[in-house]
Amino acid sequence: MAQLIKNGALSADTWQVLELAEGQSPETVALPAGDILFPLAVWQARKTEIISTHKRIGLLLKGSDRVEDIAGDLDYFIVIAIDFPKFVDGRGYSLSALLRQRYRFQGELRAVGDVLHDQLFFMQRVGFDAYALKDGKDAAIALSKGFAPFSDAYQASTDQPQPRFRRLA
Amino acid sequence: MYKYDAVDRQLINERVEQFRDQVARWQSGELTSDEFRPLRLQNGLYVQRHAPMLRIAVPYAMMNSAQLRKLAFVARTYDRGYAHFTTRHNCQFNWPKIEDCPDILGHLAEVDMHAIQTSGNCLRNITTDQFAGVAADEVIDPRPLAEILRQWTTFHPEFAFLPRKFKIAISGSRDDRAVTWFHDIGLHLVERDGELGFRVIVGGGLGRTPIRGQIVREYLPWQHLLTYCEAILRVYNRDGRRDNPYKARIKILVQSLGVEAFARHVEAEWAYLKDGPATLTQAEYDRIAAHFTAPAYSAAVDGEIPAEKAFTRWLERNTHPHKVPGYKAVTLSLKKHGVPPGDITAEQMEIVADLADRYSFGELRISHEQNIILADVQQSDLHALWLAAKEAGLATSNIGLLTDMICCPGGDFCDLANAPSIPVANAIQARFDDLDYLFDIGEIDLNISGCMNACGHHHVGHIGVLGVDKNDAAFYQVTLGGRQGNDAKLGKVIGPSFSADEMPDVVDKIIKVYIENRHPDERFLDTLDRIGIDPFKNRVYEGRAHGKAKAAETEAA
Repeated sequence: MAQLIKNGALSADTWQVLELAEGQSPETVALPAGDILFPLAVWQARKTEIISTHKRIGLLLKGSDRVEDIAGDLDYFIVIAIDFPKFVDGRGYSLSALLRQRYRFQGELRAVGDVLHDQLFFMQRVGFDAYALKDGKDAAIALSKGFAPFSDAYQASTDQPQPRFRRLA
Repeated sequence: MYKYDAVDRQLINERVEQFRDQVARWQSGELTSDEFRPLRLQNGLYVQRHAPMLRIAVPYAMMNSAQLRKLAFVARTYDRGYAHFTTRHNCQFNWPKIEDCPDILGHLAEVDMHAIQTSGNCLRNITTDQFAGVAADEVIDPRPLAEILRQWTTFHPEFAFLPRKFKIAISGSRDDRAVTWFHDIGLHLVERDGELGFRVIVGGGLGRTPIRGQIVREYLPWQHLLTYCEAILRVYNRDGRRDNPYKARIKILVQSLGVEAFARHVEAEWAYLKDGPATLTQAEYDRIAAHFTAPAYSAAVDGEIPAEKAFTRWLERNTHPHKVPGYKAVTLSLKKHGVPPGDITAEQMEIVADLADRYSFGELRISHEQNIILADVQQSDLHALWLAAKEAGLATSNIGLLTDMICCPGGDFCDLANAPSIPVANAIQARFDDLDYLFDIGEIDLNISGCMNACGHHHVGHIGVLGVDKNDAAFYQVTLGGRQGNDAKLGKVIGPSFSADEMPDVVDKIIKVYIENRHPDERFLDTLDRIGIDPFKNRVYEGRAHGKAKAAETEAA
């Protein structure tokens, strides 16, 4: 079980991923009740049904998913989780930057998968605000040190839309 | 040269502490070796054959004498008293201990040096022309924009985990000396209607799939440098292949989409970013450019140039035109015969630092040919400088000649290598140790790589040598006709590979074919282009058993 870091503290996690077992398809899989992170394919196949049965909707994106395809749906989601299958797979950073900066997604943006201490700073910068830290890792150390290894940054990003050169007096 | 402000300095100090903490967490087992690996690589730390290797950045080649003295201190204190300069403006230490690396980086931070993003699948050190700012053929000094790129690439949050490494080179001169056609992004500074801008080249690279880059945009006004690079990187970060590291460079993506389609993706992405906050301002350009103003040059001094033959030769090969009358740029050769190309001892570093202070405003550069440049030397000082450099073993008059070869550390040091490269370089230097003969042969680029990763840029050598492994034995494949510069292209393989012992003979035969066939005004490359590679090939393989005869020979042995 991953440890959810949110608002600078460990936090209880009510959300569960709908995982498709072998032989199940997005079109026919049963939609469980509760706080569910739906994979993009399930959302696209069953959008109307999900909206009518779930008040709180979460979406799970893979690195290869095109956020452009759901740009008009963002208001439905309380949470969008972006999966990092390996921590060295950096596609999720671009997805997050796009969701926040281009599509102005306002809900929770959660990093899931191989989420480790030393990536938290970058994740926070591009717009994540919740982090499912990998099981077995020291959440207390991650909380105290992982988010602020650097006190400033050169580039514009989600957490600081002005590059450093525009902030110089 | 750019001087760090308080924030620049604070960031590299924080980097040292971050790395210290990462090393400690790895030692305690909190970080697994697999988790630590990308982190240490992004700090230039490789685990190598004999010991770790630590790669220090020399951004766009510029260094001051205090920094070089600090490298000497590190070499002496933590290494075996020497260091190695690479083809991408880096300095490598081959014998540090992992647990010493945080302290080494701490010492380097005192002089504004670091190892940030010198390896790993991230935005690497920015490279440029070693004569930037002084070259007689320069259109625009690329260094202010190179520094702007350095800052933009440093800890870029979106692009820290790319599919593969990403190298950017920038050139502002008529002759391209920065190998821009063979970088992930190559930038040519150009002027159009009095406005500064870039020609943007993407998808070049050497390595195992050598490809010349292609132009994605003929002209980009300079203000858009960062937003346009951001668009390129975002397309690459999302769509570059991650299933196979050998297919993961941006060149493969550009090839598979075709350059027109790739450019359309970039332009579509850029449409959103264009004119956003990352658009450069004149104020920012001026702030950075103020660090690169010309030093206080003196008026030209008339004086006798001593007529000693050895000095005249050094002047001919190791000094270069300067845009200010009375000044020259000087190359201190790190290609003394018998020494691994690019290696320098701690004592030599201190001598070079002193020479830079005395003769070149306290600054120096590292060339991608693995030599040191003192860029602003008054002509009247050249003789004294030559004498001092000669004393230190740094005045071999071979710049641009056969023994000024580019060579990677090879199998003696590097874990990736298939074959040693330094012994081959040294054997060729020994064969061609006669300076009269070297001058007679004239300008020629010989490049040696110990494996297909091509750190020695063998594809663009006039003569390229690639170490390959066959049944656990080292062999060397030879290419001819490669070149860097404006007409950069890849060399052609001449045939089956050779053993290390054969290599001096092979090079000797190639040179003889040139000498026999050349017209009076022809350099090696000119003759090769005129007569083609067949005469060279025929001579090299003449009388050499191959096919069945070779198999029989091998059996008999």
